[in-house]
Amino acid sequence: MATLTDAEADELARELDELRREVAGDLGEADAKYIRRMIAVQRGLEAAGRVALFGSSRRWLWWGGTACLTVAKVLENMEIGHNVMHGQWDWMGDPKIHSTTWEWDAAAPAYQWKHSHNVLHHTYTNVLGRDRDLGYGLIRMDPRQKWRPVYLLQPFYNLALAALFEYGTAWYDLAAQVEIGESSEEELRRQAGDILRKVGRQVAKDYVMFPALAGRNAPRVLLANLTANVLRSIWAHQVIFCGHFPGDVQVFEEEVLEGETRGRWYQRQLLGSVNIEGGPLLHVMTGNLSHQIEHHLFPDLPSNRYVRIAPQVREICARYGLPYHSGPLVRQVGRHWKRVVRMAFPGGR
Amino acid sequence: MTTGSGRWSDAGAMLGAAARWLTTPLLPEDYLGWVNPLWSAAQLRGRVEAVRAETADSATLLIRPGRAWAPHRPGQWVRVGVDIGGVRHWRTFSLSSPPRRDGRITITVKAGPDGFVSSHLVRRTRPDTLVHLGLPDGRFVLPARLPRRALFVTAGSGVTPVMAMLAQLAAAGMTSDVVLIHSAPTRDDVIFGTALRAMAARFPTMRLHERHTREHGRLKAADIPELCEDWADRPTWACGPPGFLADLAEHWDTHGIGAALRQESFHPLRYAEDDGDGGRVRFTLSGKTAEAEGGTPLLETGEAAGVLMPSGCRMGICRSCLTPLGEGTVRDLRTGELTSGEGKYIQTCISTPVGPVELRR
Repeated sequence: MATLTDAEADELARELDELRREVAGDLGEADAKYIRRMIAVQRGLEAAGRVALFGSSRRWLWWGGTACLTVAKVLENMEIGHNVMHGQWDWMGDPKIHSTTWEWDAAAPAYQWKHSHNVLHHTYTNVLGRDRDLGYGLIRMDPRQKWRPVYLLQPFYNLALAALFEYGTAWYDLAAQVEIGESSEEELRRQAGDILRKVGRQVAKDYVMFPALAGRNAPRVLLANLTANVLRSIWAHQVIFCGHFPGDVQVFEEEVLEGETRGRWYQRQLLGSVNIEGGPLLHVMTGNLSHQIEHHLFPDLPSNRYVRIAPQVREICARYGLPYHSGPLVRQVGRHWKRVVRMAFPGGR
Repeated sequence: MTTGSGRWSDAGAMLGAAARWLTTPLLPEDYLGWVNPLWSAAQLRGRVEAVRAETADSATLLIRPGRAWAPHRPGQWVRVGVDIGGVRHWRTFSLSSPPRRDGRITITVKAGPDGFVSSHLVRRTRPDTLVHLGLPDGRFVLPARLPRRALFVTAGSGVTPVMAMLAQLAAAGMTSDVVLIHSAPTRDDVIFGTALRAMAARFPTMRLHERHTREHGRLKAADIPELCEDWADRPTWACGPPGFLADLAEHWDTHGIGAALRQESFHPLRYAEDDGDGGRVRFTLSGKTAEAEGGTPLLETGEAAGVLMPSGCRMGICRSCLTPLGEGTVRDLRTGELTSGEGKYIQTCISTPVGPVELRR
């Protein structure tokens, strides 16, 4: 993979570290306002959606309420939850907006997700056998993964995974631990209990409590909540799959991890990530994972900063002759699906 | 009657539980605090209603605390959290008023020469600002049964907790025989100068000695017998800088009446010098101690000492090693940046101690 010499990789690390230091040193009032406003908007949308749905016998209130709730859930998961749990806002010293205390409106308990995502995925990005985000253990995404006949169905169950993505991620960390074999049976049982409790509360809220409060509108509220949850899951799945799989991003063998320097780690993050091009609305709705490259280089820098440092990162890539994968949403979604379909069959490019 | 109120509180508890189901994974609190910041019981806040200048470099802030506030005793202190540049900073201040009927509290702040937070509070805080509050704490208070005689010895902003006690005594008619010896650079630098002088003029049982150090030199413990003959017979409350208090403590001790002296001191946060990383690390929960070399991450120091340290990737990206800092200062090995402040979370995998450090592990 290495097109860079060791000295060049060290120089790359120095430049990117410097960029990181610049941004971290510049954080202030405006950034704090951004996340607080985002949280206020999200809570406002959720409250408005829930209230509107009480009147969901009127068609426009059902559609409006469902739209508000869907957008609220997307923001809650992506621009707020994902980023707060990365510690992007820990610098503010606000115990409420902090990676140690944040719990999100999704089936996966925060502490388990932080392990599977922050520790496993972000450390071992795109390393075969170590990064379980490569197909989530279900989907063959690389020709080096051994083909099995069940993969013929993967275009279909990738769709199912998208719709149920929230529940997939809930069990995902547990599955990773079983695979690694480091956790005791007791520990696994405790964590499974935590998942079931969290799922129970989530299900009770969206499919029992809120419908019950709506009286004769109960079925409509239930359907609206189901719609919001499924749409949020599908959207999150698309964005996440667009982050590392479309086109010719690189997948690595485990050997790269041996004695990997900071520069080589940066290089791996660059080669394994893909950006989505679009406007501010797209960036917010993807939790700024449209700047997957910047996010993977600096996972704990606040998301609102990625858009501003992207030109610098792109320039650095150009100077070192490293690819900077980027494309519009439709093309990236198309490429990810093309790969899912191609890898369903034996062999591969 | 009790069954009736029991039923009501049961209903309240059930309503609370139902609301928690609806707001999960948040708490109903999170929405209440969103409607009105002072309603939150989980995050105590206060609204600054007025800022009154006391001297050129000090001011009194009148604050309406949220509903979770617990009434304080005069002389106690409170932790105040202020957001400056998006970052929350916590400092401790004496409450300068006795409990008031309108529920407001006051703190009186002196802007120190390098006091980042105190300067902000004195010079840049406007009415309507929200601050974060802890609960009142501290044992520097008057006994429940007011003393017949008392001596207060204060320097600079050390007069603030004593002001609250004097106001309490004044409210009770100043039946006690009270002496206040206060030291400040000049007459104009006396915090609460006007109020103290008025109080002394109003109550014959109160005597006020102002010592203006610019003119008459620093106040020493040895000067006190001259200013208050029966000092040794009076229970004494003293507040001021550490050196001042040490002098007093020694004086009282050599006369064998150390127990009669009650002290309160606020030493400013010590920022570590740039020379020499490394130091003694105390793990307060496990009770273990280790010597750490500069450059060695606290995670490794803790593991070597047999402390259970959570960790993830060890590269400073995953944040699973976050640990609350007690006293001390640490350096980020990647950026060289220093962090201190009790309760701040630090990443042990990329932090090394600068001087003695306490970690809650």
